[in-house]
Amino acid sequence: MSLMNVMRQIGSGFGSTLIIFFFTLLFSMPLGILVALGRMSKIKPLSVLIQGIISILRGTPLMLQLIVVFYGPYYLFGMKLSTGWRLYATLIGFSINYAAYFAEIFRAGIQSIPVGQTEAATVLGYTKVQTFVKIIFPQMVKRTIPPVTNEVITLVKDTSLAFVLAYQEMFTYAKQVSAAMSSLMPLFVAGLFYYLFNLVVTIAMDRIEKALSYYN
Amino acid sequence: MSLFEIKNVSKSFGDLKVLNDITVSVDKGEVVAIIGPSGSGKSTLLRCATMLETMDSGDLTYKGEYAAKNDENGKSVYAPPSELRKIKGYFGLVFQQFNLFPHYSVLKNLCDAPVSVQKRDRKEVEKEARVLISKMGLEGKENYYPQQLSGGQQQRVAIARALCMNPDILFFDEPTSALDPELTGEILKVIRQLAQEHMTMVIVTHEMAFARDVADRVIFMDGGYIVEEGRPEDVITNPKEERTQRFLARFSENG
Repeated sequence: MSLMNVMRQIGSGFGSTLIIFFFTLLFSMPLGILVALGRMSKIKPLSVLIQGIISILRGTPLMLQLIVVFYGPYYLFGMKLSTGWRLYATLIGFSINYAAYFAEIFRAGIQSIPVGQTEAATVLGYTKVQTFVKIIFPQMVKRTIPPVTNEVITLVKDTSLAFVLAYQEMFTYAKQVSAAMSSLMPLFVAGLFYYLFNLVVTIAMDRIEKALSYYN
Repeated sequence: MSLFEIKNVSKSFGDLKVLNDITVSVDKGEVVAIIGPSGSGKSTLLRCATMLETMDSGDLTYKGEYAAKNDENGKSVYAPPSELRKIKGYFGLVFQQFNLFPHYSVLKNLCDAPVSVQKRDRKEVEKEARVLISKMGLEGKENYYPQQLSGGQQQRVAIARALCMNPDILFFDEPTSALDPELTGEILKVIRQLAQEHMTMVIVTHEMAFARDVADRVIFMDGGYIVEEGRPEDVITNPKEERTQRFLARFSENG
């Protein structure tokens, strides 16, 4: 098989990888903010509960969590699993797991903002929601870009874990081609794809960081 | 009727009683300076007045409207949020650390709250803000970000931000304490000018000469009590209480 052919084969899984990547970010970031706010809640039981969930999500393998999400409905409720469920289970598993990491990053970001910012907003009459949306959130975004970039880069590579649910993403194809050819070359090609993907991610995050560097 | 009154306030942090049954009332146009050693409770009093801290007991009124009132058990009960939001429009606070919003330009720091909190017309607010900016000697700095300004300039922006809300009374919490001595003067000049325009102000300060010159009344606090209160020429120049004398003596020793 020619190199072009190998690339075409592996590239056909790239769309699936992109789907996991894009939807995981789309769901996990807002969810991460909600979880962070819940974690900082003055309602003690809520905060403790969320702390426990975060601890489990960060303390166990993502691969295991994907399997639990995928088979959960069958073992718990005896539901029949459709083929479409593979993708949904993958997205749910990834989103929840990444939300836990983002939540901790966002919490640290929010708590690093001087309390004087909230006090100034309170005296000026901003509501709690206005204070968060207008004053705290934008400053949090700026401060958390470096750790968020780390997570996004990890996510690009983690998408390959979807193979445990037999969801056909890029790495699944690479392994199949590699086995068929008895060659490691296809795996290196896949590696190159992930690297290039991450290069784009890094450049994009760098741009965002620069765009927000108009203040300290 | 006083413009502002805080009556029989007590406040504890754990076992530490920081305010003991304090009453202060301020009339329209009056300038009151609060002096005293660190830990005397003067900042806490200001924070209670501006509702950044809640009082354990005591009444708080602006223009005769209750923000908080003692219940039958002598505990402060605060008015509903909608009422408090209205009352927050009556006062402004200038912080020691400025607390400007770093992601907003100077102009937006001034205009955002009047537009999004008071729902005033943006054009009109901006016009007013520009007048305030030039009054503070900051023409041309409208589109600067706080970090691009000196500490003294930032504090003048903070004063302008508070004034842009059209408050009836302005509180200052040690407005010059975070500034170099060189920059202190420009802030005191601004406050002096506001005093001449009969802005009602309560200023917590360590600048004794300034308090004597500008204030109509001086309050000396120590250990959560008001030790002495009166005209500046009495309290600062000829204090009656031994505690006030000791405090002021240390000040003149230190220059």
